[in-house]
Amino acid sequence: MLANLPYIVVVVLFLIGLATIVLKRNLIKIFLGIVILESAVNLFIVSLGYREGGIAPIYTNAPGTLMVLPTPQALTLTSIVIGVATSALLLSFAIVIWKKYGSIEIGFLRRLKE
Amino acid sequence: MRMSKIVRTGASILYPFIVIFGLYVIMHGHLTPGGGFQGGAVIATGAALLLVAFSAGEISGMVRKSTLMGQETLGLLLFIGAGILGLIMGAPFFANVLANSGLLFGQAVLPGPNPGELNTAGVLPIMNIAVGVEVWGGLAIVVMYLLSTIEREGA
Amino acid sequence: MKRVLVAAIFLVWAAMLCTIPLFLSFGDPAATDMDTYFIGRGQADAAANNIVTSVVFDFRGFDTLGESVVLFTAVTGVALMVREKRKGEEHEDE
Repeated sequence: MLANLPYIVVVVLFLIGLATIVLKRNLIKIFLGIVILESAVNLFIVSLGYREGGIAPIYTNAPGTLMVLPTPQALTLTSIVIGVATSALLLSFAIVIWKKYGSIEIGFLRRLKE
Repeated sequence: MRMSKIVRTGASILYPFIVIFGLYVIMHGHLTPGGGFQGGAVIATGAALLLVAFSAGEISGMVRKSTLMGQETLGLLLFIGAGILGLIMGAPFFANVLANSGLLFGQAVLPGPNPGELNTAGVLPIMNIAVGVEVWGGLAIVVMYLLSTIEREGA
Repeated sequence: MKRVLVAAIFLVWAAMLCTIPLFLSFGDPAATDMDTYFIGRGQADAAANNIVTSVVFDFRGFDTLGESVVLFTAVTGVALMVREKRKGEEHEDE
């Protein structure tokens, strides 16, 4: 069980992110929960590709030829950059909402709608 | 909203080294850990350091936002152009036509672990440079827009 | 009532997620054919020492193209939303 420590960390991070999204009322904190969820998924994909005793898949002065899987690392690279872009977009949404309503509490926003 | 003189001097001393390290990471992306995304993010971190140390209004006086936007667009166009290069030379879109061809970056690599040669990998270094330029401009302009908005609105 | 519902949903999620460390084994990937091909042929096909870079830009180049376009679109959206209003330009809804 303890050999699966990366997967346990994935589960803990995922639950923290989910709890932040569901329970918090502040928009910035909800966005932080989304970022934590993204990092849980990234860690899950990278640790899926680990091979016991493998080295990084780079041949420059490599000490051996048993390498970890390169495709999950490449997909995680893509996922990280898209995560940064969507976080920037979410934060600018928060700025626009704050300028329009003067608050970023979601309960306050719901009252204004009625 | 500018920091003290120590922070400003330290930031302006550190900034060239951060840029050179980022350019190294971009240029050696096909040999060592790194690549266009990572190197561009490193340089954008240097830009964020300058923006925090000085104020965003002061930096906006030196670098126009349209310059950074143009840099980002240039990076994307260069990336698509590196893909179209395959069509020009009679291969599929995004084909690595320069690899093992003897032209620019066209040297063949030795099989197995080797010391690494910069003049290899075909269109991959060109795409690394294109993506690095794009990520540099994009992340720097995002940080600049958000910080200047916060300064202007006085949040 | 609502708190009980939230707690129940969380328990279901936690139970589902706990199957990951129980049934997967770290360090022993299930299917490695594609990655073995990439590791073996990356130096000959893409002529690059860094296999991750050759996967990102050569074998899966279309992913990277779409990802660059997503980054460009997101930055354009940020620039549209938080830009300064020009003189004489008003909010249309105020």
